Amino acid sequence: MRRPFAYLGAALAAGIVFGLGLALSRMTDPQKIKDFLDFAAIPTGGWDPSLAFVMGGGVLVAFVGLRLHRLFRRPLAADAFQHGGRTELDVPLVAGAAIFGVGWGLAGFCPGPAIAALSLIPDQVWLFVAAMVAGSWIAGEVMERGGSGAVPVGLRTADAAAE
Amino acid sequence: MDHFTPLTAGLGGVLIGLSATLLWLVNGRTAGISSIFGGIVPVHRGEVPWRLLFLLGLPIGAWLGAEYGPAIFAEIPTALPSVDIGPAALVGAGLLVGIGTRISRGCTSGHGICGLSRLSKRSFVAVGTFMATAALTVFVMRHVI
Repeated sequence: MRRPFAYLGAALAAGIVFGLGLALSRMTDPQKIKDFLDFAAIPTGGWDPSLAFVMGGGVLVAFVGLRLHRLFRRPLAADAFQHGGRTELDVPLVAGAAIFGVGWGLAGFCPGPAIAALSLIPDQVWLFVAAMVAGSWIAGEVMERGGSGAVPVGLRTADAAAE
Repeated sequence: MDHFTPLTAGLGGVLIGLSATLLWLVNGRTAGISSIFGGIVPVHRGEVPWRLLFLLGLPIGAWLGAEYGPAIFAEIPTALPSVDIGPAALVGAGLLVGIGTRISRGCTSGHGICGLSRLSKRSFVAVGTFMATAALTVFVMRHVI
């Protein structure tokens, strides 16, 4: 990082603005998430489309914002724009997303809102956050060792070629 | 449909988009929550502090929104959110979310907001997939069991 103070300050500020957005849109409320995911309630008028408006607002702004780097040679406080840039559609992408969706539907929490809700309902949500961090760590370890078949095909080929 | 809150939902979404823009233009990083906490272990020097600060900001921002939001927007109730599943189910769901987002390299923010904004093919597939399994899970929980 070229400017540590700005770099760390921007990280904290981005987190606060993100958390504020989650709370104002009430994505921190698992019932509201489930009311969106409950598409069977559409015919009875019980469906809550709010989450689509959150996604829509976020994508509209980010669609422009994430393209503004073309105006800069490098980030204001860092050396380079870092982005995975993956394009391959593989089994881990679909399988992982499917697993994530089941957990999301079950609890009504995805990662951001769960961590944000730590300041609202800590006694309940800490269990979810602790399990989530553990799950991510375990999956990361397993993928690192390549024993699960969860390593993206392209990566595995690259590893094999390097050995 | 009195629980539909388009104004605060759109506003919240705009704030999330601004947050992603800020982190991208100043730090050159993608605001994907699962990747941000997933990258803390193993510890790489210089990679931990910004991640912790971003994650610390989430509950601070949420607290501000819950504290002052209801006075500004009629759509926001003063009641705090509540969890409707037991501790064991919460742990199980947390594990699934942690494992799934790690394997697919993203969640509702990384694939959802940022990936869709970048028109990433991977993210469109991921979002379609997790939306489908989440909706199916809610359907089973609410209408079958």
